[in-house]
Amino acid sequence: MSERVGTVKWINGPVIRAEGSRHVGMMELVEVGEEHLIGEVIGLNGSMITIQVYEETSGMHPGAPVFGTGLPLSVELGPGLLRSIFDGIQRPLPVIEMRTGSFISRGVHLTPLYRKDRWEFTPVMKEGTVVTGGEVIGTVPETPSIEHRVMIPPDVSGTVTWVAPAKAYTIVEPIARVKTTDGEKELTMLQRWPIRRLRPYKTRLDQSIPLITGQRVLDTFFPLGKGGAAAIPGGFGAGKTVTQHSIAKYADAQVVIYIGCGERGNEMTEVLQEFPELIDPRSGHPLMERTVLIANTSNMPVAAREASVYTGITIAEYYRDMGYHVALMADSTSRWAEALREVSGRLEEMPAEEGYPAYLAARLAEFYERAGYVHTLSGEDGSVSIIGAVSPPGGDFSEPVTQHTKRFIRCFWALDKSLASARHFPSINWLDSYSEYLDDVAPWWHKATNQNWIGMRNKAMELLSEESRLSQIVKLVGPDALPDEQRLVLETSRLLREGFLQQNAMDTIDAYSTVQKQIGMLALMLYFHDRAHDIIKMGATISVIHKLPVVDTLIRMKTQIPNDKLSMIDEIHEAIDAQMTQLEADYK
Amino acid sequence: MSELVDRGGQEVVGVSRIEGPILVIENAGNLGYDEVVEVIDSTGHMRRGRILEVSEKMAVIQIFSGTTGLSIDGTKVRIQGSTLKIPVAEEMLGRVFDGLGTPIDGGPVPLTNHFADINGQPINPTSRVYPRDYIQTGISVIDGMNSLVMGQKLPLFSGAGLPHDQLAAQIVRQATLGAPAGADAKHAEDFAIVFAAMGVKHDVANYFKNSFAESGALARVAMFLNLADDPPVERLITPRAALTLAEYLAFEKGMHVLVVLTDMTNYCEALRQISNIRGEVPSRKGYPGYLYSDLASMYERTGRVKTSKGSITQIPILTMPNDDITHPVPDLTGYITEGQIVLGRTLYQHGIYPPISVLPSLSRLMKDGIGEGQTREDHPHLMAQLYAAYAHVQDVRSLASVIGEEELGDVDQKYLAFGKAFEGKYISQSFTENRNIEQTLNIGWELLGLLPKEELTRVSLAEIEKYYKGI
Repeated sequence: MSERVGTVKWINGPVIRAEGSRHVGMMELVEVGEEHLIGEVIGLNGSMITIQVYEETSGMHPGAPVFGTGLPLSVELGPGLLRSIFDGIQRPLPVIEMRTGSFISRGVHLTPLYRKDRWEFTPVMKEGTVVTGGEVIGTVPETPSIEHRVMIPPDVSGTVTWVAPAKAYTIVEPIARVKTTDGEKELTMLQRWPIRRLRPYKTRLDQSIPLITGQRVLDTFFPLGKGGAAAIPGGFGAGKTVTQHSIAKYADAQVVIYIGCGERGNEMTEVLQEFPELIDPRSGHPLMERTVLIANTSNMPVAAREASVYTGITIAEYYRDMGYHVALMADSTSRWAEALREVSGRLEEMPAEEGYPAYLAARLAEFYERAGYVHTLSGEDGSVSIIGAVSPPGGDFSEPVTQHTKRFIRCFWALDKSLASARHFPSINWLDSYSEYLDDVAPWWHKATNQNWIGMRNKAMELLSEESRLSQIVKLVGPDALPDEQRLVLETSRLLREGFLQQNAMDTIDAYSTVQKQIGMLALMLYFHDRAHDIIKMGATISVIHKLPVVDTLIRMKTQIPNDKLSMIDEIHEAIDAQMTQLEADYK
Repeated sequence: MSELVDRGGQEVVGVSRIEGPILVIENAGNLGYDEVVEVIDSTGHMRRGRILEVSEKMAVIQIFSGTTGLSIDGTKVRIQGSTLKIPVAEEMLGRVFDGLGTPIDGGPVPLTNHFADINGQPINPTSRVYPRDYIQTGISVIDGMNSLVMGQKLPLFSGAGLPHDQLAAQIVRQATLGAPAGADAKHAEDFAIVFAAMGVKHDVANYFKNSFAESGALARVAMFLNLADDPPVERLITPRAALTLAEYLAFEKGMHVLVVLTDMTNYCEALRQISNIRGEVPSRKGYPGYLYSDLASMYERTGRVKTSKGSITQIPILTMPNDDITHPVPDLTGYITEGQIVLGRTLYQHGIYPPISVLPSLSRLMKDGIGEGQTREDHPHLMAQLYAAYAHVQDVRSLASVIGEEELGDVDQKYLAFGKAFEGKYISQSFTENRNIEQTLNIGWELLGLLPKEELTRVSLAEIEKYYKGI
């Protein structure tokens, strides 16, 4: 397949220049040296070809051959993606382990999807049907939780002349033939798609359904719409990874793509060992059954790190096209931006800010715009939501990656180091974060809970921002100088902070809250506030309120009320009533 | 690879430029990227270098031991045809090497035919074993609040003049395999220590050597020394050489290896120097844009793999310039390592040893190494409660500095007392004091007794029932 197209002239880390054929295309996949290291053409100048190599180039010398493939860098799509772990250019890591042991060697050529597995194929289309790209030909039970819908490739249309009968096939065996204007095409379950090109869809839809994550601070305060994009910026130790893991575990997406991009090896191992054991509360099957992992850890070749986010998003779009809701986590987009910077630096391009190339913003925009809630070619609705972690140097949000990212996302979950230091997790700062999806998803909340979610959410936010203002005063004069009414704001805010916003990912009950539990808890706290407010107006002091036993109940209810025993919320409501009414009697 | 070996032994001439530790040679022939070469000056003296960039017409070579005495004419470059490899053997324990792995203790070169590439290869994430076994260091703040786990990389962030060396020496001396509270902690049977010094002073190296000798561990220690007056470029090799030996001991010989790297700031400065001379586009504070990847290529050589019972635990030490934790070196380190232990100057000035700043310190792997079966069931909540309470102490202290201690409310007064006791009894312990996990946990509860029960919202009611003794 591959023919020699050039000769290496210059080597600098992952970037090499070769001289050769003028027929090599931009973004073409090439193989470099006797070991056939995988690379991609990133620049052409006359007969000079600039290539970024996805593997370590140590030991390569000028004169080494370069082979062309005529194809752009692509991913393989088909049954077998779920439950897999790939590197940045979709090589299956478990197979690499079988080949080269515990350490990853170079020049390993593997097909991403295993060719010999047989998948039970059931056709849903009859011969003679006129089809266009994206339509579903048949289905395969890929995992107990996900039915894989085999689709006509987006660029194929015509009349179906043959469909394979229901039986188990490998992904390379023909399952249909389509007569197109260019002749008859044979289709298999295996398809390829270039990673840098977005997969087509019919139309984009509004993002009016929230992606429920079970994390109270996210769902109730800063919701992300399905098909939207969110960023989690935070310095080291602020809790990005823990938050990303929680979302990957509990988000109500049907498929989760987790990209470990330039991060720690042990973290990927944690996901790998934990996810097969954790049970998805919705499907009842292990979480791994709906997950694809892409691991390009910080010590793996830097150029493949750049490719890893595209590999991930292409797989995400593929499942979206089947009509699924997909959540994609990229941890961390800063490492991806740094990979761009490193390659750019070695190309001696003129840097813009902090050494980053001038096209940084354009690349970020391209990536985040691949999120969306769409009407697919197959006629279903599906979505890709992107949640990108950002690692600003020194925790300083004014750096280029955070700033540019902010322009292309609508949901900003700002992590706060001082909250993390006090072990307030998830350490999402409620004053710095924002979500532009509030009004979009409000109707959904009202329908799901039958309560005035937006009103309660705004009331709670008002209390929290009032607390922030009051605590400035407290820092100067002490809390005793404040009137009791204002001290009640501090007390209710404490309840909200400790009892609602804080959520313990290690606690079996607290780790996940349904929307009904979330809104129930919030309603209780606000009800407590209103009752207490009335009593203080009657002349009670804050210390009396503070000593009510129900205060402790409100703080601890997150770990006491299981999601399936929400009647306990009513009991607490009665307890508030009883204790408050007794107090009222004292002050009447 | 056979045709690479064939090129070995060829000599090329044609040096065109020498600047600092960098030498540029023309007509480079077929040098390979990242390969090691021997550079011979006009007197026949040999030094080693490494190829940083190569094209058909020229190659950029970084000389490890400096370019003093090299001339444009009369310098020859001999091709080795391979990347830098060092011999690795179990017999290297108990020995002292220079920054490139050559013995400097007067003993012979290790007799082995096992040579390993100093750059190593990335561990496949699917081959890793997630670290879960905690290491008892006998230091309360670490064991109780930032537990070290076997296979973790946990750096010490320090500043000039702070006792990071003592702390590292104490950890090395006291580290034992963790056991549940009440049981005896055992020493690992097959343990080894690999110590790499980059640009540290002679006395620091001696301090560690003496401390290893006093604890009777010297025969299990391999030292790689690049001292302050050694060539800076050599520093880029030292930690890699040390980790190459560590990987051999851990993954081939099944040992539990503790690697101490000091001082990473000096390493990064050497990297910046080379980057500067090569005219690369700098990112922050003049450090090259690939500093993160470069550091990761060392820090990530930590952990456990399925095929071996051994482990590598790393304790890199770095001094934060001007105590600034946002400086690129600690910043990028913190993004790669699994937490950090931060030393604080104020605590040290108050006479507290070890002066570990609790709030910015963190151990990411702690959550799976503690709790029921590993330490004690109350440990995770107790830790969170101590963190939360001590964080509140900081707020109370700043309030007290404005309105005066007398004006504080009752509860806040109690927090002040808690803060003082926490620093005096929990953080503070002597250089020779080795507390077991049970002692550490019990001191924690004793201190929480200073606070009213209603304030303890992070611990469960059952735990309060069992352990809380209010005063």
